[in-house]
Amino acid sequence: MSEVKNILLCGVGGQGTILASKILSTALVAAGYDVKMSEIHGMSQRGGSVVTQVRYGDKVYSPIIGKGSADILVSFEAMEALRYLNGLKKDGVAVVNDYRLPTATTLSGQETYPADCIERLKTLVNTKVLDAAKIATELGNPKSMNIVLLGALIQLMKLEALDWDKAIADNIKPRFAAINRKALDAGIAAVAE
Amino acid sequence: MKQLMTGNEAVARGAWEAGVRYASAYPGTPSTEILENIAQYREIYSEWAPNEKVATESAIGASFAGGRALVAMKHVGLNVAADPLFTGAYIGVNGGLVIVSADDPGLHSSQDEQDNRYYARAAKVGMLEPSDSQEAKDFVGIALELSEQFDMPILLRMTTRVCHSKSIVDLSKERTEKPLVPYAKQDKFNPIPAISKRLHTKVEQNLKRLEEYSESSPLNYVEWGEKKIGIISSGVAYEYAKEVYGENASYLKLGFTFPLPMRKIREFAARVDQLIVVEELEPIMENEIKAAGIPCIGKEKIPCEGELNPDILRQSLLGEEHETIRYDASVVAARPPVLCAGCPHRGFFYELQKMKNVITVSDIGCYGLAPKDIAICMGGGFSVAHGAQKIFNSESDGTRKRCVGIMGDSTFFHSGMTSMLEAVYNRSDILMVVLDNRITAMTGHQQNPGTGLTLAEEPTHMTNIAEVAQALGVKHIRTVNPLKPDEVRDALKWGMGFDEPALLITRWPCALKKMTQTDVEEFGSLRFVNRVDPEKCIGCRACIQTGCPAIEYHADSKKVTIDQIQCTGCDLCAQVCPKHAIFREEKQNV
Repeated sequence: MSEVKNILLCGVGGQGTILASKILSTALVAAGYDVKMSEIHGMSQRGGSVVTQVRYGDKVYSPIIGKGSADILVSFEAMEALRYLNGLKKDGVAVVNDYRLPTATTLSGQETYPADCIERLKTLVNTKVLDAAKIATELGNPKSMNIVLLGALIQLMKLEALDWDKAIADNIKPRFAAINRKALDAGIAAVAE
Repeated sequence: MKQLMTGNEAVARGAWEAGVRYASAYPGTPSTEILENIAQYREIYSEWAPNEKVATESAIGASFAGGRALVAMKHVGLNVAADPLFTGAYIGVNGGLVIVSADDPGLHSSQDEQDNRYYARAAKVGMLEPSDSQEAKDFVGIALELSEQFDMPILLRMTTRVCHSKSIVDLSKERTEKPLVPYAKQDKFNPIPAISKRLHTKVEQNLKRLEEYSESSPLNYVEWGEKKIGIISSGVAYEYAKEVYGENASYLKLGFTFPLPMRKIREFAARVDQLIVVEELEPIMENEIKAAGIPCIGKEKIPCEGELNPDILRQSLLGEEHETIRYDASVVAARPPVLCAGCPHRGFFYELQKMKNVITVSDIGCYGLAPKDIAICMGGGFSVAHGAQKIFNSESDGTRKRCVGIMGDSTFFHSGMTSMLEAVYNRSDILMVVLDNRITAMTGHQQNPGTGLTLAEEPTHMTNIAEVAQALGVKHIRTVNPLKPDEVRDALKWGMGFDEPALLITRWPCALKKMTQTDVEEFGSLRFVNRVDPEKCIGCRACIQTGCPAIEYHADSKKVTIDQIQCTGCDLCAQVCPKHAIFREEKQNV
């Protein structure tokens, strides 16, 4: 019986966390896993902090995980990784996008954006830093930043053998399929050592 | 075929499979996607109703005429629909009728945390509670069967986690067309007191029969594990209990939760050492089980506030916690949801905030993210302002407080029209404002009676808010572009200068709206961006005061920049810049 694995994806509304988790869960279902995925709608379009949880294994009960339970945390925005770090297991992996989005409170000057958030993260947990925006832009489509991060997740969770071409085809318009496959491979390569 | 689906998608699929002919709803998180998904099935007539009461009434009409019907709403929507629900429970159905209530434990997107399981008890109708998407799909068909068998509407109670979580659903079943139940004139459709007395007797008898169904229903089943602990649970709370206890407990899993199967519960309780009732929000099952003389543990350990999760159960029942990484989280800046870049509401609130002695009475919508003094419920903006203004007017401390009632286009049609009539009829002197952004924005852009399109995006009559107000007796009406602060300032002053109710309509499309041809004709194609001339910018931050998330001030250069991806070129910042350092241009390459 395979143990249930827990994945946390976090970021800011509009960054594409939901599409990335859709592709991920499509491939997991096709591979025969029981899968549950949870996200909260409502405020996500309005620049709020967003988090998606994906769980897979032989049998999954709760659609949500608690504190200290995620095997991997993928943060699409630098500071958001620190917001959700308490969801990660002590020996889990944090993948963080070196990409900063100010918040309403930092824009107005009420609060300061923690410039050292990635440095802090590195001292706390096994951290992989990616400049997914740069990688995606170099590939010719800055919008596929989310798929680059998904690639990193796939590599770290050892899920490369799943049918990603089909999962991409099921969730993305055909004319964007090839570029997103490239983005996925670039993400895999970025954390493979 | 197996597919991952949200609970809401699964309810839609279940309605399709079960031969539902008619579906109606007013959008509200977490229920909105039920109707959006039903609309994709051509065999079902589906619609957005102006509010939950008329949605329920129209579904009742469809049921009486012999078709299977479904109506969906968020938990507070059922308060609006409570009137037809209660008498509808007496009358019963012809074609099956299922009423979906999507509760929001944890208030992810709501103003209260009410537990609508009480409604089944109060209205005396059966209730089903799915735990995952497979059950959400299957329970719709079962609810319709029960509705027809027991002659009552059935409540299907969802919660945010069931609505919005995805789990695997078996889609091997196809649609079964249900022939219409023939309509015949019946006494029960006319609930005058003499008839309703008999109907009440029928309700009590049907509830007794339903109790027997609950005892034998396969939806209420036992899973034996360790017998030291026995857990009774329903909905998503059952999944949390399984997550925490696994095989170390036995479970009585309840899918049909009103009336409770008390014999089954008693037998289960007798075979376990300790009985725990795991339920989210109120101790409803717990109280009924205790009243039946069966000892159990519940809310003395598990909190009755907020959404449950496996951590809360683990901590409250076992005193255990997962180890977490310890760190200083105080450096993380808050990231609250804000009005979007280009949101037309921003211009209105920018001016309103500058006015003194104004009490802002708002209702439910995106504009709730802007500063306000008071809000209670949908459509309440004008009537609450009216009541408050009457009292403020009797004050003689020299500062005359002025109430400004605010609502959106969709909430005006929902229940704001009667709120407006209250102000007109009772000689109010408030300023009423309708922030008409041409769509129901908060719930993700649903059509409403003012947009000129139906749920299926078919053209329909575009109800005009100013004409409605005129017909209701409002004499002073002005419509402005909220992104023109000069116009707004002038109109606010104008609107507060009467001793009668005045109406200010701000009319401009939501920045995220998919523009229709009609919108383009009225507002233009709106393909602009604003930029800052760094030579002219003096770093005064006047533009920052608009609260636009696309504008950033850089302390090092003492200049602002505008994020070109977020910016919609609404031009509000340019109009408040004292140095004319912000300019607007056509968006390129879009």
